[in-house]
Amino acid sequence: MSMITDHILTWVTFVPLLGALALWLVVRRDLHARILALVVSLVDFVLSLHLWFHFDAGRGDDQFVERVAWLWNGKVSYHLGSDGISLVLVMLTTFLGPLIILSTWRAITSRVREFLGFFLVLQTAMLGTFFARDMLLFYVFWEAMLIPMYFIIGIWGGQRRIYAAVKFFIFTMVGSVFMLVGILYLYFQAGSMELTSFLNLNLPHQTQLWLFAAFFLAFAIKVPVFPLHTWLPDAHVEAPTAGSVVLAGVLLKMGTYGMLRFAMPLFPDGVAYFAPAVSVLAVIGIIYGALVAMVQPDIKKLVAYSSVSHLGFVVLGLFSLTPLGVTGGVFQMLAHGLSTGALFLLVGVIYERRHTRLISDFGGLAHVMPLYATFFMIATLASIGLPGLAGFVGEFTILLGTFSSGFLPAAKVMAILAASGVVLGAFYMLWMLQRVFFGRLVHEANRGLPDLSLREVLVLVPLLIFMFVLGVHPGLVFDKVELSIEKVLGPLEEQVASGTVPAQVLLVAEDNQSGFKLLGATPEAEDLR
Amino acid sequence: MQSEILLRWIVLVPLLGAALNGLLNRRLSKQVAGLMACASVGVSFVLSVVVFLRLTGMEAENRLVQDTLGTWMQLGHFHVDLLFSMDQLGAVMALVVTGVGFLIHIYSLGYMAHDDGFQRYFAYLNLFIFAMMTLVLGGNLLMLFVGWEGVGLCSYLLIGFWFNEDANASAGKKAFIVNRIGDFGFLIGMFLIGTILLPHLNGDEGLFSFTVLREHAGLLAPSATAICLLLFVGATGKSAQIPLYIWLPDAMAGPTPVSALIHAATMVTAGVYMIARLNFLFVLSPTAMAVVAAVGGVTAIFAATIALAQNDIKKVLAYSTVSQLGYMMLACGVGAFSVGIFHVMTHAFFKALLFLGSGSVIHAMSNEQDMRVMGGLRSRLPVTYATFMAATLAIAGVFPFAGFFSKDEILWKAWSSGNTVLWAIGFLAAGLTAFYMMRLVVLTFFGENRASSEVRKHIHESPATMTIPLVVLAILSLVGGWIGWPHFMGGGGWFEQWLEPVFATGAQAGVHGAHTGAAALDVMVQNAQMNHAALETMHETGMEWTLAIISVLWAILGLVLGWFVYFKRAGIADAFKKAGGGFVYRLLLNKYYVDEAYDAAFIRPGYRLSRSVLWKGVDAGLIDGVLVNGSALVVYLLGSVLRLFQNGMIRFYAWTFTIGVAVFVLYLSFSS
Amino acid sequence: MEITLTHYLVLAGLVFITGMVGFVVRRNALVMMMCIELMLCATNIVFAAFARLHGDGGGHVFVLMNFAVAASEAAIGLAILVEIYRRRRTVNVDDLKTLME
Repeated sequence: MSMITDHILTWVTFVPLLGALALWLVVRRDLHARILALVVSLVDFVLSLHLWFHFDAGRGDDQFVERVAWLWNGKVSYHLGSDGISLVLVMLTTFLGPLIILSTWRAITSRVREFLGFFLVLQTAMLGTFFARDMLLFYVFWEAMLIPMYFIIGIWGGQRRIYAAVKFFIFTMVGSVFMLVGILYLYFQAGSMELTSFLNLNLPHQTQLWLFAAFFLAFAIKVPVFPLHTWLPDAHVEAPTAGSVVLAGVLLKMGTYGMLRFAMPLFPDGVAYFAPAVSVLAVIGIIYGALVAMVQPDIKKLVAYSSVSHLGFVVLGLFSLTPLGVTGGVFQMLAHGLSTGALFLLVGVIYERRHTRLISDFGGLAHVMPLYATFFMIATLASIGLPGLAGFVGEFTILLGTFSSGFLPAAKVMAILAASGVVLGAFYMLWMLQRVFFGRLVHEANRGLPDLSLREVLVLVPLLIFMFVLGVHPGLVFDKVELSIEKVLGPLEEQVASGTVPAQVLLVAEDNQSGFKLLGATPEAEDLR
Repeated sequence: MQSEILLRWIVLVPLLGAALNGLLNRRLSKQVAGLMACASVGVSFVLSVVVFLRLTGMEAENRLVQDTLGTWMQLGHFHVDLLFSMDQLGAVMALVVTGVGFLIHIYSLGYMAHDDGFQRYFAYLNLFIFAMMTLVLGGNLLMLFVGWEGVGLCSYLLIGFWFNEDANASAGKKAFIVNRIGDFGFLIGMFLIGTILLPHLNGDEGLFSFTVLREHAGLLAPSATAICLLLFVGATGKSAQIPLYIWLPDAMAGPTPVSALIHAATMVTAGVYMIARLNFLFVLSPTAMAVVAAVGGVTAIFAATIALAQNDIKKVLAYSTVSQLGYMMLACGVGAFSVGIFHVMTHAFFKALLFLGSGSVIHAMSNEQDMRVMGGLRSRLPVTYATFMAATLAIAGVFPFAGFFSKDEILWKAWSSGNTVLWAIGFLAAGLTAFYMMRLVVLTFFGENRASSEVRKHIHESPATMTIPLVVLAILSLVGGWIGWPHFMGGGGWFEQWLEPVFATGAQAGVHGAHTGAAALDVMVQNAQMNHAALETMHETGMEWTLAIISVLWAILGLVLGWFVYFKRAGIADAFKKAGGGFVYRLLLNKYYVDEAYDAAFIRPGYRLSRSVLWKGVDAGLIDGVLVNGSALVVYLLGSVLRLFQNGMIRFYAWTFTIGVAVFVLYLSFSS
Repeated sequence: MEITLTHYLVLAGLVFITGMVGFVVRRNALVMMMCIELMLCATNIVFAAFARLHGDGGGHVFVLMNFAVAASEAAIGLAILVEIYRRRRTVNVDDLKTLME
């Protein structure tokens, strides 16, 4: 037992890989493959629960650390660790794993064990990325995510799957290559690949700017940040349902995780310099994503663009450099994983039945599939941030954090523009709901559709439950990440501190009779420029 | 049982009802489902009464019961609890919501008896009560907001209840989205509050808690105008004021009890409640107050004019609601918060009655809603008619019905606070109100029935489950105003007295704002005192009597005119239209084309912009086409050029070697 | 006339150029192989000349190595050529373009 618990991170990370090997080498029958994959992912989830329950929320540094010297006389080591941020994202990953595998039961019918094998390898890569504390190790896992995803999209995807898969792969790779250059440069400066040694470097201002740009590029493509987002709609639409769910649920969070863990603490000057541009891009992403989502005829593409919009919120929150904003951003990563994951699963349900995703092919579905309609509506409401569900907590804290940020220039304007995303989100989601579910049953083909099966319900209910749980008790997450975020933002103290005089900002009304001026930046924030 | 614990049950029991009806749905028989739903609201009502009675037993200054379910969000200084609290204002709202809600639940048993979605309906209705109670009993602004959005959701679900018709679903969607636009303002207002207060809190005190906000009002004073205007944007959405009222008339697509409960008695008053709850903030900004009053006044008369020309019985009532909400806003805007709430209460009684009555009519007329084919229902639906008439007298403001007391108070406060223009607008609108209500009554109940014989055969009075609530509400429409019997008429003004501690502003609010500069504090205290003075009913009894009598006479005139124009001389209206009034008539009938204007100005361009420019142009064309696929094309072209060098011709390769070597040798020999 | 180093280098150069030009110009693979041999021969002359000049035996060693290399390479090249001829019935280099892009 202690052999497992002493190296729990390694176990959690590599159990899926072992499962994949077993699938590819040993298993023959489809059904066996499915069962094995499901069991492996459930085991992985249980193992990760051990992390959850033994995590000490009173510490902000890494726990469950494993470190073994690896290459070049210890300059590169196999170093895994988990702080609060990694923990919650890992929990999301292991939680989604079995659900995704369960969702493929009838969706993937050819080459089942290859698919499940790839999926498990992907799990390993994702978990490793979250745990890695050695930069080379991180980079290996980071790149390793691309390969199974490429195959999943390229083999089991839709009509334009090759195009989408290649686009996804190359686009992400291009960004990553710049990050690699940055990592190598830092290695030569620091003498080892340890993250902590990188953090201890005192880099000159100009260098920080370049390196920040390099790292940020890689992560920005992943998130995706406007205008680097165009791989996402294609990848989502062409990927099989399970692929979309894991893509939206976890892979996109890699980008924001990377920003928070690496790009921001390593290059504070870069953060300060680029924050205005980044926040503008984030806000553009929020609004642009919503507007383009509105006019999509394909439901999956609509949800894909909505992801661009939602993750704009996360990026904005991260760059507000307020505890509220950053914690809200981390929380929203989870909330988005749940709600958008659910939405893609729900789209998959209807696709399995009708093999079309076009809104115009539906209409009046609530008459024939009331349970499905209900689930879809709940997921939609979570997505648009109805209070009581997880999405609201994230959005509210992000916006409040952004609004009150003394660090971000024009913070209030950014927050106000971003808040309009709340209205737009309601608009396009409800309009889609109406065209798909309400009104008369227009197409005869929809008449006999069966409602959700038990398996489908089992896949969706856990997600819905957590949408409610996190909506009402976000402390579950907040408590675990609070100190870790404080620690991660440590190097940015100077920048954060420049923003702790926000309150007296505001309004310049001499007497309340006159009008009001809403915007006033603190002098300090302006000096930062 | 402790009062505190009761609070959570007042809110949660309806949620339980909703969950049971929602999850079990068809597995429950209609009887059981209906019983359960009514019972859960009934329990809420009873518990509200209990806590209310306990409040009466406390000292006036300390009438507050609080119940904390737990911490909702906690991050450093940011702390929000799941907090319920009931004070005098909360008690009034709770009693109205659960009381009228209960009656409407009973009514629905009859009205929805033949509907397939019976259980779903009651689930949604209970869910609504839950959300509304969260709103009303929320102890902090964020809990209020939870309820606020929650009622928006239930409104969406209930308006689009019969979703087989696309129009119904659209109406629901419109309601939700327009509300969200208001919520956008609300949120920004909250962010502003949060930004100001966060550095001053220590993480134990709940940000946004009303007691905390009140204590720190001094800090908020400099930004009060902005905050209040933003919050008011939210209120215009929820309470259907200009410019966000457009969803309410469309909301009539929902079942009539829904219109009665949500879009008359309770949800739409949430905006008024919110302003009343935050009175200590609003009084800090005379600008905001002026805006509230002005918007309220203009809305009141604007909506009244539209109501004049509508042919759908529910649409008339809808615009009437918008108009009456305007009155409530007007009251709050001139500082008479308790009067605004008074009108909320009386309006709940008579407007719910009007809607339920219309539901009875619609039910009798086989779902017909156009008044032009009604008529003569007075003899066939006696109970409906009598109660409807009571409500009409109430809304017109005829003594001694409830509407008189509240409306008259509002007009008096407008006049006595020096806002003569607002008084005039309100006065005018009151006349219009009487007129269009009488028109409605005449067209529906008087004269000859104009429907087809098929329909006429089925006209029958509604069952007891529907008529009993009508009677109860009629009684309330008569006596409900008496607890606000004003001083000048010999009464004790008990309603206003009860609410007084909630609205007592003045120096209290400023004392704890120790962080503000002295100047700001002074200004704030000054303003507060000014408003407090305005609040003090200047009891010039003579003037009050005069205005009261004029109001009643004016109302009676309106009623008589309505009866005259539409009954006695039924041709007048048509003559008016032909004599050039046709344009005015069309303008009013088409509600000043506001919806069409919004569509043309925002919706259509927005859609076209998103589709052609953003999607096709920028995303697919520019970013994807030029940048992404373009760079791929560049690489491909580069490759195809280089490919020419790989032609497989050995001699070409050899020749290339030769040239290369020659160049190299030459370079070497000449470089030294 | 004294035969100096220059004469040898010029001779080697001429031979080399003959071979090079021949390689580039001629299409018959066998002839191209012969041209390769010419070029190798030219390098041999240069090696030998310098060996004699410096009195260094290393240059002669290189000539012998060159023989070996030339011989093996010729052998393999001719073997490939024979195989190509068997399959394609041509030794015209212009027709052997299958390695093109």
